[in-house]
Amino acid sequence: MSEKHVDEISGVETTGHEWDGIRELNNPLPRWWLWSFYACIVWAIGYSVLYPAWPMLTEATPGLLGYSSRADLATELEGAKVAQGGILEKISKSSLQEIVADPQMNQFAIAGGASAFKVNCVTCHGFGAEGSKGYPNLNDDDWIWGGDLDTLQQTIAHGIRDAVDPDTRIADMPAFGEMLEPQEIRQVAAYVVSLTGTPKDAAMAEPGKQVFAENCSSCHGEDAKGNRELGAPNLADAIWLKVRGEAEIAEQVRAPKHGVMPAWQARLSSDTVKQLTVYVHSLGGGE
Amino acid sequence: MNLYTANHLQPAGGAGGTGNGSGTGSGAVPPVEPLYEKRRKIFPKSVKGRFRRFKWLFMVVALAIYYLTPWIRWDRGPHAPDQAVLIDLSARRFYFFFIEIWPQEFFFVAGLLVMAGLGLFLLTSAVGRAWCGYACPQTVWVDLFLAVERFIEGDRNAQIKLNAAPWTFAKICKRASKHAIWLAIAVLTGGAWIFYFADAPGLAFDFVTGQAAMVAYWTVATLTATTYILGGLLREQVCIYMCPWPRIQGAMLDEHSLVVTYNDWRGEPRSRHAKKMVAAGQPVGDCVDCDACVAVCPMGIDIRDGQQMACITCALCIDACDNVMDKLGKPRGLIAYATLDEYESNMGLATNGRQTAIEPARVRNADGSFVDRIRQFRWQVIFRARTLVYFGIWALIGLGLVYALLARDRLQLNVVHDRNPQFVLESDGSIRNGYTIRLLNMVPEPRTIMLTLDGLPQATMKVVGISDVPGQVVAIQAEPDKAMALRVFVTLPADGEKLQQTPEFRFVAEDRSSHESDAYKATFNLPGGKR
Repeated sequence: MSEKHVDEISGVETTGHEWDGIRELNNPLPRWWLWSFYACIVWAIGYSVLYPAWPMLTEATPGLLGYSSRADLATELEGAKVAQGGILEKISKSSLQEIVADPQMNQFAIAGGASAFKVNCVTCHGFGAEGSKGYPNLNDDDWIWGGDLDTLQQTIAHGIRDAVDPDTRIADMPAFGEMLEPQEIRQVAAYVVSLTGTPKDAAMAEPGKQVFAENCSSCHGEDAKGNRELGAPNLADAIWLKVRGEAEIAEQVRAPKHGVMPAWQARLSSDTVKQLTVYVHSLGGGE
Repeated sequence: MNLYTANHLQPAGGAGGTGNGSGTGSGAVPPVEPLYEKRRKIFPKSVKGRFRRFKWLFMVVALAIYYLTPWIRWDRGPHAPDQAVLIDLSARRFYFFFIEIWPQEFFFVAGLLVMAGLGLFLLTSAVGRAWCGYACPQTVWVDLFLAVERFIEGDRNAQIKLNAAPWTFAKICKRASKHAIWLAIAVLTGGAWIFYFADAPGLAFDFVTGQAAMVAYWTVATLTATTYILGGLLREQVCIYMCPWPRIQGAMLDEHSLVVTYNDWRGEPRSRHAKKMVAAGQPVGDCVDCDACVAVCPMGIDIRDGQQMACITCALCIDACDNVMDKLGKPRGLIAYATLDEYESNMGLATNGRQTAIEPARVRNADGSFVDRIRQFRWQVIFRARTLVYFGIWALIGLGLVYALLARDRLQLNVVHDRNPQFVLESDGSIRNGYTIRLLNMVPEPRTIMLTLDGLPQATMKVVGISDVPGQVVAIQAEPDKAMALRVFVTLPADGEKLQQTPEFRFVAEDRSSHESDAYKATFNLPGGKR
């Protein structure tokens, strides 16, 4: 810039830049701004010395205070554990009955179980554990294998028909399509329906009773109320897991479908299984 | 040139001829001034008088309320704190003597705030900026800080001298002790605040012994800083530059509002040499231009410039001027509380309807007393449509709050119906619905609450963890001052009579000893909408 130019109106020197006759005044920066700026520089220097700041080849300079956000996270996780007040440890050491009897542990386990349920179980059993066709509703009081705490725990830990787990629950209803005549199958289906409702053809039910007694009662019981030890469902109640109506019952007798539930002990900790057990037990159908 | 004198920021028309004739010439191009004005230090002189006495009294009462309220005890029994005024944030309760407020009742506080706002409107339209002049914490604390300053450094003249003096040991001592006392007051101010949020004696002990929560120390530190900076260092600048209220309240003032007024109709032409002027046959007003009103002003303004934004109407200039008038043997009220209406009327009299300059002879009789047509303040103007409307709305809200307080429930019931699953089919064909019930026992005593299923005669309920026996009534032990969540299963048997699609019923909670009750409407879901 060769010559000074002073703005007439304000009496302030301009920067000498001009755009279409508009010149920029060369006012000094406001003091407060300048001092804030200097303060920021001082702050930045202090910060970069005390905290991790400068990127090096493999990692950043650690800073004098040794701060790390990962360590922060670890501390917070530790803090969260402490905030749980050792209840988790207590649950770990207690039996299911003890957990349910203790209001604090019970509440904790239900909350923890609900959370684990939403992550692991809702895909099959539904968000409200309401189940669907082929996937049991866990709210009701109809249990294939039993609804007390220990049985539930066993079922969750080892699954059903999960070949990976040697202790898994196995129930295999044979395909009666190879053993019974189609007519007999229709008769037995009519009989099963007659236990809780009205079959389409009442005359079919009478011979069906005979077929049932000869072929089905060994597992489902003479009264058709099932056998939990064998995982044979109760056929004389209002709840049907896989079939709806006479035709579907006949089809299930001919070529049964079997559901599989994974053994969760391989994936979840035993504490989580315990909490899941308490949660499922609390849904209203627990025994 | 003062940034906030009449010539600059006076709203057009509102000034109403309050200038004293020395203003910038109309029509002439105003000189270019920088928009930034450096602060001029203000050294308000002490003054005695009735308004000063009232301000001292008000200050003592206001500070006493602020400092002592958290220490008042109020017995609420063993299940609630015994502090009369307590904002218990961790337990989410607000206690005010016999009133206890839960978070969902916060509308009481909102209502009080609305009342405070309307009260301020009412006060402002009646007596101008009385809030600013007497009650605003900024004013009260600045007043206190000024008193400390005078105690240490002496009155106005001594302060000016000290300010100009070089930094001697004595000056350092005085300044240091002044700031130390200010800081001590600031710490006590911040310190008193936290006692509203916790048990005061316990917190005081914890605070002093270093065991209080970090937030307590931070709060005290912050409020110490704000008190010291706003009250000690910034003072009048807070009112002029930071506070929005002076700018808003122009809308509430009208020509009948009382404001501190320099009655130039009797003051002008001012003169320091009144006797000479009279001898020379010149007209002369009551103002002897002694500047007493300027010297005492904590805002550093000259009230004789007219009504202005920076005037907080603390009325100290009235005291100062009255003292001078008394000495001169002239009637008080050269500077006085007056309405714009009276002022205009008197001014019209003195200037022959603004035809002439102020002529003292027009408003005076031969013996020096004022002519009868001079108007004085009549208290009746306070009761005008504007103030009555403000008062009406204010009172209406107040009555509404009192009614809400008297009619409010201390036993409440909220019911959330399970949405998933909507119903559960049991093996015997019965239908079960799940509900989460929130039972609020809002008194600080344990109570036995009977929860009843009303309107679903065939159904039974179980309350998880409380009652396993199906029934229609369940007794619940409600803890004092707590909300409890209940898991309730209602079951309708399969063999019952047919019901409409989603039968409605009520959950009823009743305290049978006090006959307090609350009910909540609920529905019962059935498969396929019917059975």
